[in-house]
Formats: sequence, structure tokens, C-alpha cells
Amino acid sequence: MNTELPVQVPVESPTVPMIRTLGLISLICGFSVTLAYQWTKPHVDENQRVTTERAVLAVLPEAATQKAFVLRVDGVAPAAADSPPEDVVYVGYDADGRIVGIAARGASRGYADLVHVMFAYDPACQCINALKVTKMNETPGLGDTVLKDPDFKRNFEALDARVNAEGTALANRIVTVKHGTKREAWQIDAISGSTVTSKAIGRGLDRSAQRLVPLILRHLAELESGGR
Amino acid sequence: MSLLNKEEPLTLDTFVRGIWRENPVFVTVLGMCPTLAVTNSATNAISMGLATLFVLLCSNVLVSMLRKVIPKEVRIASYIVLIASFVTVVDYAIQAISLEVYEALGAFIQLIVVNCIILGRAEAYASRQTVVNTAVNSIGTGIGFTLALLCLGVVREVLGAGTLFGVRILPEQFQPWVLMLLPAGGFFVLAGWMLLIDWMNHRKERKALEQEGATVHGQ
Amino acid sequence: MANESLGFIFLNALVINNFVLAMFLGICPFLGVSGKKDTALNMGIATTFVMFVSSMCAYALNWVLVALGIEFLRLISYIVVIASAVQLVEMFIKKTSPALFRALGIYLPLITTNCAVLGIAVFQTAKNYDLAQSAVYSIGAGAGFTLALLLMAGLREKLDLADVPSVARGAGMTLMLAGLLSLAFMGFAGLGGGGD
Repeated sequence: MNTELPVQVPVESPTVPMIRTLGLISLICGFSVTLAYQWTKPHVDENQRVTTERAVLAVLPEAATQKAFVLRVDGVAPAAADSPPEDVVYVGYDADGRIVGIAARGASRGYADLVHVMFAYDPACQCINALKVTKMNETPGLGDTVLKDPDFKRNFEALDARVNAEGTALANRIVTVKHGTKREAWQIDAISGSTVTSKAIGRGLDRSAQRLVPLILRHLAELESGGR
Repeated sequence: MSLLNKEEPLTLDTFVRGIWRENPVFVTVLGMCPTLAVTNSATNAISMGLATLFVLLCSNVLVSMLRKVIPKEVRIASYIVLIASFVTVVDYAIQAISLEVYEALGAFIQLIVVNCIILGRAEAYASRQTVVNTAVNSIGTGIGFTLALLCLGVVREVLGAGTLFGVRILPEQFQPWVLMLLPAGGFFVLAGWMLLIDWMNHRKERKALEQEGATVHGQ
Repeated sequence: MANESLGFIFLNALVINNFVLAMFLGICPFLGVSGKKDTALNMGIATTFVMFVSSMCAYALNWVLVALGIEFLRLISYIVVIASAVQLVEMFIKKTSPALFRALGIYLPLITTNCAVLGIAVFQTAKNYDLAQSAVYSIGAGAGFTLALLLMAGLREKLDLADVPSVARGAGMTLMLAGLLSLAFMGFAGLGGGGD
């Protein structure tokens, strides 16, 4: 052992250097965090835009272009960065500027967390004709069968979404029913074994459609003309 | 500073010890939370490992640079603030690079802050050694951590989904052991690795004892 | 989407998505402190208290950060708040019950690095919980953590006296047990039914 080392009496660090050091550390931290934030923000926004575009294309495959609109009771406006996401719809237009469909998001709680979907509404048949699960954290092997099961996917080829006589809501609630008991066009046949996740998708669709479809029909002309 | 400053020389051991002898996951049993949570696929495992390595390296180097200046009383608080800043930086960086990886890793990116490995290294090593030594040791520890994560990630993904880094490697007829992707599977695979390593260490000890016994009797 | 009922949030954090066994938070203390039932219970209660305090502070802090538009400082401010909360709890326990303080020993300051505590703050922000929901969430998570710890302690106490191969003693055995517990807890899946 080193015997020449004198016994050191612990000295309390003086206050001024302590404050100076803490100030220095705060400066370093604040600087690096702010720098990273500013530098990455455009990339992050771009990534999100690309992801949204891809999701819309997945449910509106014939769309040559797409535009985002925010729906309000009194009219439509191009969606901005601060528009509430649950009121935004993505309209797909073909090469001639004609409307091919309108995509919107829905979400509801499944087993582990929210299940997010993007669905396509076709004003011609007044039905939902495509669905894509965009984000979910469900149990692998159980909940994630909703992604692959062909019978489940068939639910969304012509899911009835007509509005009622007053045009204020859907005529029939979109609801998930037990596997094998689907009778009506507005019901979703659950996957046996993934009832929770199937129900989450049904609820997410219903909530979103109830709010957005009446508004879409009311302002359909404006949305159609947005392509030109 | 009233601590004995035993600054050690830079050797290969400084780098290698973080990988094998003092592997953070298998030997010191630290950083368990991300090890179990994000290893359900090999891609996630590597991403988390690299993110942690980055934070480990940057924060420890900074701690080492400031080691003579940080007052003893507030050192833990300072380390934590430094680590938190770099984790925030990594959080934004991953978001900018790949949204998919970001969503797969989820909240665990932010939880790198409380990964005991980083604070442990800062307190035990970075606060006493030179910047170069710290950098080398941090990289070694980070690589050790990434390798440990990969051990789990590869096993869980191959058995649980039949793929590796997203590429299918087991034949279609293989019915995947979904258990591997569930939380329980994480526990089991990690337990398996721990038991294996414990068993290997036991054998080494027993062999060393036998050797000793043989030399004593043999002479 | 923060329209979950308070009862569901509590049940969710307690058993359906148990913080330790399903979400992998708080594993380090789970492996380290679960040797004896008494220590486990004390640690669990201390952690629950810290979780509750941190959750409330994090909620207030988040409100301030959003109002000022500086969300990118969220992580740093959360961890500072948690570290301070742990200091406060430590001083409080030291004053009111020195015996408990000695029993917990080194584990008390380690609550700062307990991912479960930071996890609460991060998750409640991500899920947009309001004040009441955050409070219930943190208490439920603490209770779930304590539950997992107690179960593990009970199992390990029994196994200490059993004929386990020496190789398997230690972390390997605890992890195996944890895996079995995690499997068992998956049985609670149907309880939630996915509410709202």
C-alpha cells in the first residue's frame, strides 16, 4: 500500500465552483439537446409524412396523388401541421383528378395498447372498402393474426357505412361480432382467439366513421374539386 | 477530491473486460429491463445495443473530462443530467433515422437513462480514469451489452418467428414458438443463457480445483 | 385517447399488463430484492410511494413544459424530479422510521434508477392521462410491482430450502421463476376486454 499518502481530511467543496460546474453542465446539456432537436426535426417530420403517404396508398392503391384536408362542420380546409389529427382525411385522386376514395384514421384500445388503423371510404358505394392496421402492439401469434387472416380481411371489402336519413351519423353502428355470426353488411366477423383485437378495430372504425363520414358526404363536392 | 486516484494504464484488457469478464448483462446483472424488453427481434436488439453504446460513450467521456471539476456532493445528479441529455439526443436521432425502429423500441429508448450500466460505469470508472481509458472501456462495455442483447434477440427471433433480421431462415413448415416473443419467453431465454454461463464457470472452477489437487498430489 | 375508466387503469397496471411481468420494468430490484418477503414488501411500498409522488410531479411538469413549448427537455426534467423525490422519501423514512431505513439500506437510493418509476412518468404522458388517471395508474403500477416482488419472494424463500442443483441457484433460477409467473399472469388477459 502507498504509505507516503498523507491522511486527507475530507473538505466540503466551496459553493462557487459547485455552482459554476453545475452551470457548465447545464449549458452543455441544454446546448446538445436543443441542437439535436433543431437538427432532426425536419427529418422526423419528413419520415412521418412518408409513413402517412404509404399508409394512404396501401388503402387507396389507385390514387395517383393525395391531399390532406381537415374536416370541420362548416367546411373543409387543407390540413395544416396543427390540425387535430382525428379530423384529418386524405383524399386520393387518380391521374385525371377524379376522386378514388377517402382515407382516414381510427384507433381504439386493444389488449396491450391502442390499435391504429387507416381505412378507405368509397363515396360511390357508401362503404369502407379497405383497411390497414398501421400500428399495434398486440400479442404476437394471437392478436397479430388480424394482419394476416384472409377471412378477417374480407370483412373490409364492402363494409356498409351508409348514413342515416338526417345525415348526422351512420345508419348502423359498425360492430364486431363473434366469429361466424356475421349477418349484416355493417358487422365485422371477429377472429376466434383474437376477439379483443378484432373488437378494437371495430370500435376504432366505428368511432372514426361516425364522426367523419357524415361530414365527408356533406362536403363531398369540395373534396372532389380539390383534385383540380 | 478525497478519493485515491488509481489511474490505470491503457491495456487491451480495458477494452476486452467489458465484453467478457465484466459483461454487464451476464456477469454484473445490470441493465435487465431493456435486455428482456426489446430483444424480441435481432434488429431491435442491435438498435438498442448501439443506442446504449452511444449514450454510454458520450456521457462517460464527458464525465471523465469533467471529473476533476464536478463536486463530490452533486456528482450523481450531474451524471444523471448528462446521461439524460444524450438519451434525448439519441431519441431524436432514432426518430430521424427510422420511424419503424423508433416505434419498435418505444419507451425503452427514454429508459436508457435509468439503465444501471451507464450510471454504474460513470461512478465506478469514468469518474476516476482518463478520457482515453474511459472511451475504450465504454466502447468495450457497450459492445458487451450489444452482444448480450444479440444473444437473446437472435434466439428469440429465430425460434419465435423463424426469421433473422427479418429474413426467413427456417423452413415454412416450422411452427414458430410464439412463446419466445412473449414476455415469458424473454425471461426463459435469459435464464437459459445465465444457466449456461454459470455451468461453464462451475466447470472451469472444478477443473481448476482438480488441477490444483493433481499438482499437490502429483508432486 | 384517455377515456379509460379509473378501475380499468388500476386493474390494468396491477395484473393485466403488470409492470414487472409483462412490461419488463423494475427488473433490477425485482431480481435483487426479492429474496425475503419482508424486504420485498418494504421495497414495494417505498417504490409505490415514490411512483405516486413522481407521477404527480411529472404531470405538473409536463403541463408547464407544454405551456412553454419546450417538450424536448421532458426527459431531463422528469429524471431530475424523480431523483429529488427519492431524496425526499429517503429523508422522510430516515426521520419517521430509522429501522425501516436500515432495513432498506442501499436499495432506497436505487429506486432512482428503477425503470418502473421513470416508466410511469413516460407512459402516462404518452397515454395523455389526466390527473386522476395518472394517480390511479401510478398506484396500480406500484401495487403490481409489490405484488410481483412478494410472489417472487415467497417462491424464493421456499426454494431456498429445496434441493436445487448448485448451478441453478442465483439469477438463472429467479429468471425461470419470473418466466413462469409471467406466463401465469397472461391468464388475466380476458379481464380487460378492452374498455372504452
